[in-house]
Amino acid sequence: MSKPSDLVQGTLDMLILKILALQPLNGWAISQRLKQISSDVLGVSDGSLYPALHKLEHRGWIRAHWKSSENNRRAKFYSLTGLGRKQLEKETSNWNRVSAAISGIVKLKEA
Amino acid sequence: MDIEQWFYSLPLRLRSFFHPHQVDQELKEELREHLEQQIKENVARGMSPEDARYSALRTLGGITQIEQQCRDAHSGSVLEDLVHDLRYGFRQLCRSPGFSALAILCLTLGIGANAAVFSWVEGILFRPYPAVAHQERLFALAGTARGESGETELSWPDFLDLQRSCTLCEEFFVSKITGSTLSIGDHAETATGSIVSANYFDAIGVRPILGRGFEPGADAGNDSHPVVVISYQLWRNRFKGDPEIIGKMQRFNNVPHTIIGVAPEGFYGTFVGWAMQFWAPASMEETFESGGYKLEDRDARWIEAYVRLKPSVSRSQAQQEISAIAARLETRYPATNRGRGVGVWPLWQTPFNNAGTLLPTLEVMVAVVAFVLLIACANVGNLLLVRSFARRHEMSVRLAIGASRVRLLKQLLTESLILSALGTAGGLLAAYWCRHALVLLLPARSGVAMYLPGEIDGRVMSWSAGICSIVTLIVGLIPAFQTRNLDLAGPLKAESSGVVGARGRAWMRSGLVVFQVCLSFVLLVGAALLLESLEKIRTTSPGFSTTSVVKTGVPLVAAGYDVPRAKVFQDELIDRLSALPGVESAAFAGVTPLGYGTFPSTPIAVDGYQAPLEEQPAIEYNQVSPGYFATLGIPLLSGREFTRTDNENAPLVAIVNRTIVTRYWGDQDPIGRRLQVKGRWARVVGVAADSKYESMRETPRPFFYVPLRQDFVRAPALNIRTNQRLPTILAALVHEVHALDANLALYEMITLQEQVNRSTSPQLVAVTLVSILGGLALLLAGVGLYGVMSYAVAQSTREMGLRMALGAGPANLIRLVISRGLQLTAGGVLFGTAVALALTRLLGKLLYNVSPHDPRVFGSALAVMTMIAISACLLPAWRAARIDPARVLRD
Repeated sequence: MSKPSDLVQGTLDMLILKILALQPLNGWAISQRLKQISSDVLGVSDGSLYPALHKLEHRGWIRAHWKSSENNRRAKFYSLTGLGRKQLEKETSNWNRVSAAISGIVKLKEA
Repeated sequence: MDIEQWFYSLPLRLRSFFHPHQVDQELKEELREHLEQQIKENVARGMSPEDARYSALRTLGGITQIEQQCRDAHSGSVLEDLVHDLRYGFRQLCRSPGFSALAILCLTLGIGANAAVFSWVEGILFRPYPAVAHQERLFALAGTARGESGETELSWPDFLDLQRSCTLCEEFFVSKITGSTLSIGDHAETATGSIVSANYFDAIGVRPILGRGFEPGADAGNDSHPVVVISYQLWRNRFKGDPEIIGKMQRFNNVPHTIIGVAPEGFYGTFVGWAMQFWAPASMEETFESGGYKLEDRDARWIEAYVRLKPSVSRSQAQQEISAIAARLETRYPATNRGRGVGVWPLWQTPFNNAGTLLPTLEVMVAVVAFVLLIACANVGNLLLVRSFARRHEMSVRLAIGASRVRLLKQLLTESLILSALGTAGGLLAAYWCRHALVLLLPARSGVAMYLPGEIDGRVMSWSAGICSIVTLIVGLIPAFQTRNLDLAGPLKAESSGVVGARGRAWMRSGLVVFQVCLSFVLLVGAALLLESLEKIRTTSPGFSTTSVVKTGVPLVAAGYDVPRAKVFQDELIDRLSALPGVESAAFAGVTPLGYGTFPSTPIAVDGYQAPLEEQPAIEYNQVSPGYFATLGIPLLSGREFTRTDNENAPLVAIVNRTIVTRYWGDQDPIGRRLQVKGRWARVVGVAADSKYESMRETPRPFFYVPLRQDFVRAPALNIRTNQRLPTILAALVHEVHALDANLALYEMITLQEQVNRSTSPQLVAVTLVSILGGLALLLAGVGLYGVMSYAVAQSTREMGLRMALGAGPANLIRLVISRGLQLTAGGVLFGTAVALALTRLLGKLLYNVSPHDPRVFGSALAVMTMIAISACLLPAWRAARIDPARVLRD
C-alpha cells in the first residue's frame, strides 16, 4: 500500500504540522502544498496523507472543523493546536540536530 | 499520552465510539472531496472526464484501505476493542447455543461450588457473627492444660483477672451457650440463649432496638439481676412484636426475669451454628447452668470468652501477654491453676462452637471445589478446542486479511470472559441459594434454631471475580494454544477428512481428559474414604447400647428444687419407672456420653502411682446413679455397680474404666485400691469397659464414675432402657413425672442412637458435601470423555468405514472405541492414584479407622471410574458400529 517508503518515519507528520502552522487548510490543499514545497521529491502519496491527518488529530496536535471551501462546498479544515505547535518546535529542533549530524558525516572526506 | 492530549483526543474517541456511522460518513465525504478536486484538476489539464476520474482514483490509492487506515487511527482504544469483541463474542456464542449453554453450565457448577464454599467459609469461619463490630480483631479465649491436648473452658475469676490485667485488648466478654425452658401462656418450650458478661452488647457494638443492654455490674453477685435481652425472632414469634415488651416479666427456667431489651434483627449472638434467642447476665448463671454457683469458683471452668484486640496488636503479642498473666495466676493459685494456660484463638479455630467442628470439613471442601473448578475448566477448554477446530477457517481468514495474532487472542479471551462471567454470575446466584444449605445437612434438634449461613460479601465477590479471571485465562488460552500453529494456507484449502492421524492433533484434548479423569479420581477416592470412615463410625460400637435406650431430663433446678427435695424426687421417679411394664431399668447420669454436655474433670492421685511433678493427671468423670451400667449396657469387667447404699453417708467409692487400670495399675486387680478425687480418697469398687465419652472418633482414654449421691447434681440426664417405642415411653414418663409434680416439664427425649448420630453429624456433612461434589466431578469428567470420544469417532468415520469394508465387525469397532476411551481413563487413573496417595492424608482429621491409602477404597474408586468411562464411550462406540462403510467410502 502507499506508505511513504523513502520518507523518514515521522517526517510526514512534521511536514504537515509545518504546513498547518502557516494557515488552516483542507486535505486537498495540504496535499497540493506538500507537492509544492517538496517539489515532488518526497513523493508523498495522497493515500498516506489522510491516515496521517487522522492520527495527528487524535494525538491532539491538529484540530478539524467543517467549513465552506472556496467553491462553497463543505470541507474539513485542519488547524494547528497549541500542543501541535509545541510538537512542531520539538520535531524541528530534533530534525535540525539530526540532519546537521548526518550531513556532517556525509560531508566527511575520506582521509 | 499526557493529560493535554487526552483533552483533545477524548471527545474524538467518544464521538467515534458513540456515533461511528457519522464519523464514517465524514471520512467518506472528506475523501470524496479530495477525489473531486483531483478530477477537476485532471480535467483542467485536458483529460477526458472518464480518464480524469480513473487517474484520480489511481493517485489516491485504494479508498477502502485508506478508510480502514483512518479508522485504525481512531480506534486502538481498549474499551472500543473490548466492546467490539464482546459484541462479536456474544454473536458467536448465540450461534451455537448448545455449546454455550453446556459451557456456561459447567462453569456455573464449578464457580458456584467455589462461591458456595467460600461463602460458608466467610459466614462460618471468618465473619461468623452478623452485626458484630470489628470481627477481624475478635479472638476466642480457651483454657489449656499442660500435657494434655484439647481446650477447656475458663473460670469466671480467671476471666476477671485476665480482663483486669490485659493491656493489649480492647474488650473482654463472655458468651456461654445455655438452654432454658420458656413458658409462655400455657405451653412451655425450650430456647437457646447465652449467659454473658454485663459489657456484652457494648463490647460487640450491638444496640438493642428496644430497651437497653445490661448495666455494669449486672454480672456480679448471685441471682442478683434477673433480667434478659431477647432476640428479635423471639420477640416477633413468641411475643408477637409487642411494642410494650420492655419491663414485662417472663419465666426462664421458671425464674421470673424482666425483659430489658430486644436485640436488632439480623443479630444471632456469638455462637457458630445456633441462633441465640435470649441473653442473660452471668449473675443468673445458677438458674441456667447445672453445678451450682460458679462465679467465685476458680476451679469451675465453664465460660466461653472472647477478646477484641486493640488495632494493630497481633495475635502472638496478645498471646504472650495473656500467657504471662496466666503464668502469674498459676503461681498465685497453684491449687486450681497449676499447669493451666490460656490460649488466644482466631474465630475460625474457636474450640467451643461449631467453627471448630466444621473447620476440617471446610478445609477439605476448599481443596475439593478447586478440583471441581479445574475439571469444569478442562471440560470447557475441551469444548472450546472442538469449536476452535471448527473455527479454524474463520481464524485463518481473519489472519489472512490482516488481523494480528494478538487481536485474535484478545478475541478468544473475550469469548472465554463472556463464558466465565456468565458462569460466575450463575455461580454466585447458586451460592446465594445454597447459603443456608449446610443447616439442612445437620440433624435438627428441638428448641434450637440452627443457623449456619453462607455470607456473600465483598470478599466472596472479589474471590469469585478472581476465580472468574483465572478461568477466563485458562479456558481462553487452551484454544489460543491451538491457533498458535495455525497455518494460513492449510484450512483455506479443502478440508481433508480425518484419518487416524487426527490423534496427533487431538493430543491436547486427550491430555485434558486425562487431567479430568485424574482429578475426579482423586475426588472419588476422597469421597469413598469419607464414606468408608462414616460407615466405620456408624458401625463402631460406642461401648454402650444405643437402640433400646432413651435419654431425657427433668429440669429440677429450674423448677426450684433444692438438694434434699431433688434427691427424694430422683429416687421416687426411678422406683416408679422401674415398675413400669417394658422398662428394664432407669438411671441418672450427670452427663450422657456423646451429648453436648461436658464432663466434670478433676486432678487425681492414684494409689501406687507417682505422677511426674509438673504433670497433674486431670481425668474426666461422670456422676451416675445405681443401675447406670445396666441401663446403658456398659459391661462391668469386675467388681460391682453402685447401689443405693453408696450414698452421702457411706464411704466414697468409684468405678474406673479399663484404661485407668492399665495405665496406673498394670495387670493388678484394682478393686479396693484408692483414687483421690477432688482431694478426697475414694475406693475402687468396680471396673467398667472402655466406651466412647465425647466423640465417636476418640481413642480409649481414662475415665471414671462416682455415685451421683456422693457428688450430687440436681438436674442430671435420665436414661431409660426399654423395649417400648419412644412415644409410648415418653407418655408413660410424663405421666409418672406429673404424678410426682404436675408442674414439671421434660427435656427433649431422644434415643441414644440419635445422640450418636448428632455427634457424628460433622462427618455426615463432610461425606455429603464431598459425595455431591465428587459426583459432580464424575459427571463432568464423563461428559468430557464422551465429548472426546464422540469427536474422535466423528473425525475418523472414514477410517472406521474402511475397517468395516475390510471385514471388521461392529463388535470390533465398539471394542476399538471403548479401548481408546479406557486408555485415556487408565492414564488419568494412574496420575490420579499418585495424586490421591499424596493428598488423601490431608483428610486425616475427618477419617476414622480408615487408612488414607486403603487399597479397598482405591479399588472401588477404580471400579466406579471404569464404569463411568465405559458408559461415556458407549454412545460413540455405538455410533461407530453403525457407520455404513459403503456410504463413507463413496463420499
